[in-house]
Amino acid sequence: MMRGCTAILRRELAGYFVTPVAYIFIVIFLALTGVFTFELGGFFDAGQADLRSFFTFHPWLYVCLIPAVAMRLWAEERRGGTLELLSTLPVTRAGAVLGKFLAAWVFVGLALALTFPMWITVNFLGEPDNGAILTGYVGSLLMAGGFLSVGACVSAATRSQVIAFIVSVVVCLGFLLAGYPAVIDFFKGWAPASVVDAVASLSFLTRFDAMAKGVIDARDIVFFGSLIAVCLTLNGLLLDAGKGD
Amino acid sequence: MNDGKPVESLIRLENLCKHFGTGATRITAVESVTFSVGPGEVLGFLGPNGAGKSTTMKMLTGYLPPTSGRAIVCGRDVQTDPMWVKERVGYLPEGAPAYPDMTPESFLKFCARVRGLTGRAGHEAVSRAVALTHLEGVLRQPIETLSKGFKRRVGLAQAVLHRPPVLVMDEPTDGLDPNQKHEVRRLIRDMAREGGRAIVLSTHILEEVEAVCTRVVVIARGRVVADSTPASLAARSRYRGAVTLSLSPPAGRSPLDVLSALDEAAQVEDLGTARTPAGELVTYTVLPRAGKDLLAAVERAARTNDWKVDQMRLEPGRLDDVFRDLTGGASR
Repeated sequence: MMRGCTAILRRELAGYFVTPVAYIFIVIFLALTGVFTFELGGFFDAGQADLRSFFTFHPWLYVCLIPAVAMRLWAEERRGGTLELLSTLPVTRAGAVLGKFLAAWVFVGLALALTFPMWITVNFLGEPDNGAILTGYVGSLLMAGGFLSVGACVSAATRSQVIAFIVSVVVCLGFLLAGYPAVIDFFKGWAPASVVDAVASLSFLTRFDAMAKGVIDARDIVFFGSLIAVCLTLNGLLLDAGKGD
Repeated sequence: MNDGKPVESLIRLENLCKHFGTGATRITAVESVTFSVGPGEVLGFLGPNGAGKSTTMKMLTGYLPPTSGRAIVCGRDVQTDPMWVKERVGYLPEGAPAYPDMTPESFLKFCARVRGLTGRAGHEAVSRAVALTHLEGVLRQPIETLSKGFKRRVGLAQAVLHRPPVLVMDEPTDGLDPNQKHEVRRLIRDMAREGGRAIVLSTHILEEVEAVCTRVVVIARGRVVADSTPASLAARSRYRGAVTLSLSPPAGRSPLDVLSALDEAAQVEDLGTARTPAGELVTYTVLPRAGKDLLAAVERAARTNDWKVDQMRLEPGRLDDVFRDLTGGASR
């Protein structure tokens, strides 16, 4: 069922590091988390030994950076003709989709893990709730997986990485803002309560906020898990469409 | 495998059809293609551009599902047993796609791993394919920096990595210079020699068919229009048995008149005058009337008229001529 998954995962992961892409991404990710945490988040002003100001900006960082990681996943295969090669190797569709997704997720996870000096700093300065910080990291990784699955799915629909990037940013932004008061108010005016609730429940922001505070809810894990499953299934189906060109 | 029965043909295509789109925009790429390829055969899949060669190969290798019909490889249907078939097929897609950032070494290792060849077996498979395709000198260079000829060889190495009983190549020499073409053809012949293998290669280059193929299938507008050996196909040509001769222009009667007057000649083509180190030469091709011994008649004429003949050649038939006839001289 998952044939070829590990071989593809290994190839993809190595692929990030043979070009400067990986290094640029990691450097920018770390620099921006720093800027956001210390400058915008007021880490020191808050005077609290926690990483709330660090996690708060993750969704916004991910909206721009994750589609940049995901955009090449399938669009590049389509453009380069390697999709045909990959499809005629003894690899299952599920194995290929999962292998690529996991490679991107591991890569983003690595970038996230490299923010560990943040955790050291806060432990040096005070006595934070390390359980809450761990929950924050888990939540951030889950949310990154959600964004990545959306990006992978969009990337499978096009040959152009630029289109994949732009569409992914918009879709991801949609998921983020779904919980925003402005969006909710917009729907409240005319839509039935069930629709408003449905839209609000799609929000990454609301779910992530809780996790950033250290509260982990099984429903949030299920939400991100099913989002990833739905997006990757769609990803597989999209690959079969448009093969004729 | 295959219930213990011997596998007679490694590839069997049965009424393979492919339509793209629906309704008014429906395009029929492959109308109905049927043929089979046995072990040891090198089949040239010939046709004008757009005739459906690539689409047929994509169905054969499991990339595209057929609209109807079946593609059977080593006794099993590509659609019902895709993994089983893909393990036994080596495929060089058109343009030999490969990951440009990777080196041939890492690319081939990846392909080996995907095919379940790990550790020692993987190492051996890669070394063998590298030796066969002479990639030793560029193993650590990114594929995007390689010349077209080397890229094609990387694609070929990938296709033969697992010693597949069935090898499918889409336009293996397209876009290469004459030296590279020669090299790739040599590789294909080497692969054919490894024995017991069925090879299908598509092309629209006729000299290629004559150079490497044991059989030829011609396809036009999605249908098979001929299936035979290159020699017997060429024999269908109206040039079969024609005589081409070059001679110094004689002082007397024009050779064109003499040749045209022969009972055995159906038609004479004047190929013009050329200056060669041997002096000025005029060349004619004389097409035979059916059942007549043209060569003897032309020889007689040359003797009687005291021509200084530089060269005389009996034509076995011209494949390009037959190709044009079969495919209607036009592509879509």
